[in-house]
Amino acid sequence: MIEIKNITKKFKDFIAVDNISLKVNKGEIFAFLGPNGAGKSTTIKMLTTLLTPTAGEIFLNDHNVTENPHQTRRSFGIVFQDPSLDNELTAYENMQFHAILYGLKKEVYKKRIVDLLNLVELYDRKDSFVKTFSGGMKRRLEIARGLLHHPKVLFLDEPTIGLDPQTRNHIWAYIHNLNKQEGVTIFFTTHHMEEVERIAQRIAIIDHGKIIITGTIEEILNKAQTKNLEDAFIALTGNKIREEAANVGLNQMRINSKLMR
Amino acid sequence: MSAIYILWLRQLKRFIRKKATIVGALGQPIIFLLAIGFGLSPVYAKAGGGNYIEFLAPGIIVMTVLFTSIFTGLEIIWDKQFGFLKETFVAPVYRFEILLGKTLGGATVAMIQGALVFIITLIIGFRPSLASLPLAFLFLLLVAILSSALGAVIASRLEDMQSFPLIFNFFVQPLFFLSGAIFPIKNLPSVLDFITKINPFSYGVDGLRYAFGGVNVFHPILSIGVLCGVTIVILIIGLYQFSKVQL
Repeated sequence: MIEIKNITKKFKDFIAVDNISLKVNKGEIFAFLGPNGAGKSTTIKMLTTLLTPTAGEIFLNDHNVTENPHQTRRSFGIVFQDPSLDNELTAYENMQFHAILYGLKKEVYKKRIVDLLNLVELYDRKDSFVKTFSGGMKRRLEIARGLLHHPKVLFLDEPTIGLDPQTRNHIWAYIHNLNKQEGVTIFFTTHHMEEVERIAQRIAIIDHGKIIITGTIEEILNKAQTKNLEDAFIALTGNKIREEAANVGLNQMRINSKLMR
Repeated sequence: MSAIYILWLRQLKRFIRKKATIVGALGQPIIFLLAIGFGLSPVYAKAGGGNYIEFLAPGIIVMTVLFTSIFTGLEIIWDKQFGFLKETFVAPVYRFEILLGKTLGGATVAMIQGALVFIITLIIGFRPSLASLPLAFLFLLLVAILSSALGAVIASRLEDMQSFPLIFNFFVQPLFFLSGAIFPIKNLPSVLDFITKINPFSYGVDGLRYAFGGVNVFHPILSIGVLCGVTIVILIIGLYQFSKVQL
């Protein structure tokens, strides 16, 4: 479903992603892990046509992502790491905007918006402006929006950041169900290792722009000689705390937008 | 096509909800009409120009449409910073649909603002004939689409609002002041004459003045042609820019 062949992304002198290759099968739940600034989001941006790789090729649902971005965009959905809502619109309007942009029929999206807003417990706030929402509410709305059109591949970039355990459980149950019922391939990043242990079928760990290991949870635990994934993660990527240093301008924006949440 | 519609609708909703901005944006045209309009009226009449308000009103309406369109186009920078542009750019819609939706949305908003200023000009004594309205509408719409597309193209190149004063003072303001909006573009010094002739908004102002029954310099067909031609060129540049945007 996803095939990454030797992609590299450079920002001027900084190599954010360094010659990585990956394969994700159809219907798989795949966790893409790594410390802050390892290249996770950059990779997802290349997979989702927002960034062009400096070198290498990506195929998504058999479409060459760089050469055929429009067809690629039909195949996936994404929940971004950073906020991407229109604060001047209501929750419902944000959902409706997305539905129409993705060409959903009115009878389909009307029901789905109600269901999803109920799932994330925002239905009673559907006519409130997003600018009045708390950070957690915005996050929930973004996830609901990402699930609105049922894509072939769903990218979730740290979807559960800032959410309480109840909401995280609800959301993962829904995503799991979507994967079971409709065979949606799930590609997600997170820093919550227990989420990975519960839901992921295969894992890749990226650090300093390079993939250091790919495999099932058992395979990774075996290789790292640890009992749980958190220990394995630290054993493989080291104890050092990372700084995000991808693109100063974009990073500043990311920090600003996080502060604004 | 539904993508164009929803992008257009979003612009319209955002505009209508900001009542303070709508009222605030009326301030500048009112000052221009009162201070420059009435202030220069005697001089203009003495120089044999006739009624200055009749001359100035179309220029100020064009100014309103130009500024509103550019501002709305520049909202793309906010969309970039607040991440909303990503949501639009990963959706399975063609870049030309996004560009057209944005452009038409900005143009519609500017037309509404322009209509409000038109009403103000009527209050202070501008008296065009009713029959002139359809042609005036056409010219204003062309100006609105042109400037809205221009705003979108500029915004697609910018990462933040820091360069905004630069663009406004060194590009947008000159476009207005050197368009014949506040003075006739006949018998100008040759440099100024050249600049006003290559400024597409001169043709917008002139066309609108013609529609309202005033004196015109260019043939109205030429004006329509220039406005359409420049709009198409800008949209093509915009399409190229949009395809290069990395988020």
